[in-house]
Amino acid sequence: MTCKAEDYLTGKTAWCPGCGNFAIRKALAEALAELEIPSHEIIIFSGIGQAAKMPHYIKTNGFNGLHGRALPPAVGSRAANKELKVIVESGDGDSYGEGGNHFIHNIRRNPDIAHFVHNNQVYGLTKGQASPTSDPGMQTGVQVTGVSIPPLNPLSLALTMGSGFIARSFSGEKEHLKETMKEAINFPGYALVDILQPCVSFNKVNTFGWYKQRVYYPEIEDHYDWNNAMALTRQWGDRIPLGIFYKSPRMTFESSQLVLEGEPLVRRPFDPSRMASLQDEFY
Amino acid sequence: MELNLLIGGAAGQGMETIMNLLGKSLVREGFGIIYSKDYMSRVRGGHNFSRLRIAPGTPWSNVETVDILVALNEETYFLHRENLAPSARIIYDPQDFNLPEQESRGVPVELKSLAEEAGGKVMANTVAVGALLVLMGLETNTVESLLEDTFAGKEGAVEKNIAALQSGYDAAASYCSACFTLPPRNESGKKLFIDGNQVLGMSALASGCRFLSAYPMTPSTGVMNYLAAKSTDYPLVVEQAEDEVAAINMALGAAYTGVRSLTCTSGGGFSLMVEGLSLAGMTETPLVIIVAMRPGPATGFPTRTEQGDLNFVIHGGHGEFPRAVLSATSQEDAFYRLNKAFALADRYQTPVIFLSDQNFADTHRSVEPFDFSRLNYDLALAGEGEFEKPYKRYRASKNGVSPRILPGEHAGEVVLIDSDEHDEQGNITESAEVRRMMAEKRMRKLQGLAEEMDEPDLYGDPHPEVLLVGWGSNYGVLREAVDALSEAGIKTAMLHYSDIYPLPVQRLQELLGEVKKSYCVENNATGQLAGLIRRETGLQIGGLILKYDGRPFLPREIVEEVENDL
Repeated sequence: MTCKAEDYLTGKTAWCPGCGNFAIRKALAEALAELEIPSHEIIIFSGIGQAAKMPHYIKTNGFNGLHGRALPPAVGSRAANKELKVIVESGDGDSYGEGGNHFIHNIRRNPDIAHFVHNNQVYGLTKGQASPTSDPGMQTGVQVTGVSIPPLNPLSLALTMGSGFIARSFSGEKEHLKETMKEAINFPGYALVDILQPCVSFNKVNTFGWYKQRVYYPEIEDHYDWNNAMALTRQWGDRIPLGIFYKSPRMTFESSQLVLEGEPLVRRPFDPSRMASLQDEFY
Repeated sequence: MELNLLIGGAAGQGMETIMNLLGKSLVREGFGIIYSKDYMSRVRGGHNFSRLRIAPGTPWSNVETVDILVALNEETYFLHRENLAPSARIIYDPQDFNLPEQESRGVPVELKSLAEEAGGKVMANTVAVGALLVLMGLETNTVESLLEDTFAGKEGAVEKNIAALQSGYDAAASYCSACFTLPPRNESGKKLFIDGNQVLGMSALASGCRFLSAYPMTPSTGVMNYLAAKSTDYPLVVEQAEDEVAAINMALGAAYTGVRSLTCTSGGGFSLMVEGLSLAGMTETPLVIIVAMRPGPATGFPTRTEQGDLNFVIHGGHGEFPRAVLSATSQEDAFYRLNKAFALADRYQTPVIFLSDQNFADTHRSVEPFDFSRLNYDLALAGEGEFEKPYKRYRASKNGVSPRILPGEHAGEVVLIDSDEHDEQGNITESAEVRRMMAEKRMRKLQGLAEEMDEPDLYGDPHPEVLLVGWGSNYGVLREAVDALSEAGIKTAMLHYSDIYPLPVQRLQELLGEVKKSYCVENNATGQLAGLIRRETGLQIGGLILKYDGRPFLPREIVEEVENDL
């Protein structure tokens, strides 16, 4: 089977010219094409925000749900049909703010989901308020004297919670992004890719140039080295490392559910009239 | 001819063990029973009690009178003394406390000492069951065989429990052997001994539910417990969510992907779910939500009962979307009605709320076995050739229902659902015209749902002068009140709603003009069903009989309200 990246592109995008989302969309289409996964065998779950519009612009099954709630339906879907590839695409506000509780507990749960967080360190759809990852000091219409609380570090948090796949990429490094996405999609378990991207309309601090000057590729010899990974997740400022910092599979949500062995639940035949023995314990 | 037992003590003293053992053995012997619990929101201490009533046929409700009181502590005696029948007996442990001197009805049984002699203090409850049996004039053999079933494989446990049972039996025999007469046994075959939450769990599983995500919340947790226990043997995933927001969204993800899905909660949890409820309506995703009511607002009375969330479940969720609300009435009815909830959710691709409450959830009755062949398992999907290609999830249709396929099941076709207003394909739109079309399409489904609703159940005098209108778990107590009022010469009937929304109105409209006086009987402070009837029909129910102290109605309370008013 030959898949072309263009075949995965659909819809008319509603993003600002120069938005990092364009490159992320293209990288995703290329990753899916190179992995040769047919459109109908993929579901993209998203929440609300500019990033969360991705299901409308990539030709796959799509569940564009509620703000902050992209992960829970993705988990439910994994239980129903484990044969479908599940990708979650949402922004930093959606994934780390509104959806923070789901983020934490799904790391514990470890479903086979690739989670691509478009992290532009600002709220785009609501026009420019601080996000959980905004750098201290950033002034906005709401944070009028500048962001005064430290940012949430999603990769450190995920690593501490026991996440098995932790990576950072950048929309301005499309080849790296595509390869990272492919690895995340193929990883058995929850794979978090924090994708730095500029917001040309609302983030005047962390611009394309700001990221481009800072990102670099550290040598990572051992993907099982938790301490090294933790050090990399904590680097921020003058130099920002990109790469797969940690990769160590562990028991997944699906494999811990013995009932999921064999045919996906969605395809198993069922006849209520054969269930009458359920009553026996009540006689 | 009937017999009423009450067992009371502190939380953690094992009243439930006694009642489950006794209740099940009584049902095995052919007696019709009802057993309900009154418990506090604590794990130890306080005062908890259970009532068990044995009556001809199968009783519909418990009553206040107590014929045999098992007082596991002194407080229990004083709290229930005024309801003791003149001929009552009181089983108690004289090593724990003594009854007042003037109390002549005591049956002292050294529950703890006898249990220790039999092999362990933990069996004090089995000793108590032995004492109860002899008072009722029953042999120990049925309970013995139940103990054998319960403790099979646990070394020595069967023998020790049977010894404990026998010692209780012997100890009480010298005070009062067969001093109560039991009602006749039922002729017809085997009956189930089952509570409301177990009925709902069993119905869900037999309806083909394959995914439950929930956050534990009294009094709905029993459904989760039942299904979790089955999840190792049946094709079912039970996931304890991090919160109710996750619970409903997980269930929606599973439903979208193609399995019958369920979540269950109580009012506070449902508050967190309503955003997801609205998502189910917008994305046209089938979902069943069991809401087991307890008194609110906020944390309210966690372990008690109320019917205070009817308005909430009908109106909860932002925006306008179709839904159905069905309710739990009797154990018999609830089994088939929850199945109907699944069938409607699939047929109309929209959320269906099943409204239960603590009174229903925690009450055991002896009921006829269920007919599983009556259950629906039709996901109402469009097969290959039954939908136009390319597939459009929200294709316009006359009844508002679009052909539904599952993601991944048709090569080349994708399924896109969206929380934003969307076009037929499922893509975001800002078009006024498309918005109007989609809003109308969704709401057309409400017409179809309305046609699916069962008219309320009519019971009692065929030409009544007094009409009692009720819903949900008050079914049993209303039946008993109707019977009592009829016996007193007042021509009475009841109209009882199981399917509540969209409200079926025909039978009520026919009947209401014929009766002299009508009352809506509800476990809430504002008469929410009466309000719904008024909104939907313009009809005013004559009076309200309301109870909102967290306890279920007793038949006497309804009868007295009617008699005093007439």
